[in-house]
Amino acid sequence: MPKAVKIKNSTDKGIVEMLGGLLQSDKIKGVFTLKKMNESGAVAYSLITEVDELEKAVPFYPFMPMNAGRALSTFTLDGETQEPIAAVLRPCEIRAFIELVKRAQGSLENFLLISPVCAGVFPLKSLADGSLEKNLSRYWESVENAALDPNTRETCQSCEDFIPVHADMTIVTVGAKNLEEGCIVILNTKKAEEFASGVTGQTVSEETETEGTEKLKKLRREWKETVFEEFERNGVGQAALIKTFAACLGCHACSHACPICYCTFCDFDSKTCEYQPVSFHSELEQKGGLKVPPGNIFFHLGRMAHMAVSCVRCGMCSDVCPVGIPVASVFSRVGDSLQEVFEYIPGRNVEEPVPSGTYKEQEFVEIGEQ
Amino acid sequence: MNSDSFPKIIGFLCNWCSYTGADLAGTARMKIPPAIRVVRVMCSGRIDPLFVLRAYLKGADGIMMMGCHPGDCHYQKGNYNARRRYVMLDSILGTLGLERERFGLWWVSASEAPRYAQATKDFTERIEEMGPNPLRDEIFL
Repeated sequence: MPKAVKIKNSTDKGIVEMLGGLLQSDKIKGVFTLKKMNESGAVAYSLITEVDELEKAVPFYPFMPMNAGRALSTFTLDGETQEPIAAVLRPCEIRAFIELVKRAQGSLENFLLISPVCAGVFPLKSLADGSLEKNLSRYWESVENAALDPNTRETCQSCEDFIPVHADMTIVTVGAKNLEEGCIVILNTKKAEEFASGVTGQTVSEETETEGTEKLKKLRREWKETVFEEFERNGVGQAALIKTFAACLGCHACSHACPICYCTFCDFDSKTCEYQPVSFHSELEQKGGLKVPPGNIFFHLGRMAHMAVSCVRCGMCSDVCPVGIPVASVFSRVGDSLQEVFEYIPGRNVEEPVPSGTYKEQEFVEIGEQ
Repeated sequence: MNSDSFPKIIGFLCNWCSYTGADLAGTARMKIPPAIRVVRVMCSGRIDPLFVLRAYLKGADGIMMMGCHPGDCHYQKGNYNARRRYVMLDSILGTLGLERERFGLWWVSASEAPRYAQATKDFTERIEEMGPNPLRDEIFL
């Protein structure tokens, strides 16, 4: 049974206390986590180097203003961070970071990765419109009861990968009673044990997978199957695809928010995909009309060809779509099937190459020989 | 319907094996369906999935990818990448119900003229049975 530390404080406060201690003792130079910005209630990811600033930290606030995997990638782009940083990330954010590291877009070194067993996050709008605060206590109840919370992102409700992999420390949440009184930190690595050695708390033994997590996994799987069946009924076919993306403005916000879409100069923003006046003329000569701006379906299918293999199903894309297209539902469905074909799980192993960047000489042997 | 002839099949052929094989079929006066419009690439590994998607969205009734047999690629490894890319496209199009049968990958070597003729004949028949790509008439994509 893995070693764990039980801190006598509520989960949020317990972790902030631990992080404050680590910062104070210089074991880490920075903390990356969610922080309340000011009285307005805005919450953003922050890199904090002063213990006082940690006061407003809310590590497990059910909100994902950006995929943190991308954030960590941006500050390790030209090499590992020189200072040790403790970062609190959700499981999908860690997996996204690992997918980026595979693409030479960051480094895992010198991070102490802390991740909760994730009960999901609320859609971005819900903070602005006040519904997040209203539904917050209900959310924590669902956590204790290992129940589905219908107010969280769609991708969260059908996510079975909510137990973090590659986290140094896993925070017990789902199914745990008394989250207000005790915070249990499972120490997965030697590094975690070293960092936790100065923490005031009781040494306990705790399993990551519990009755609670099994219960939630089952509920999530069932919901995922329901969503897939609905997709099979109404989401497949040319007409359905065109209908789904009919409102698309071509703003590319989905791509900008996606942790995997890191290309500073995206193919779909380049001259290759630009419609010069002559292209408008030639197409109009052949067809009776043209959507303006053209090429939305091409953008989405093309983006799938580029990144679906690494889709971690975080749901940022749906959240940022200004016209409410369920981008994540489509992309995660395609991602799922594609990953199955290549027997690949994004973020499972940093040494494992991305399927679209490698091959085996002996594979798919029946293809091409028909 | 878009007045272009039906079927219109785009074939991406690698220069060294499949294009040469197709050329041999021509020299040998074999019957090749006029539906096939060949685009020569130096290697099947050059076939960007975006080429295939663009052809499909512009209304191509079928798209064929062709290259050297695995192990015989003129550039050693290009066709291995092509194979993975085809598998990826097949999965994406299949999941979305976008008529994955309109796409295919064939390994055709430089001497396999009859294979080229047979593959194009069979595929054209398949496409004729399937009918025109509905996206021919779809303007607002």
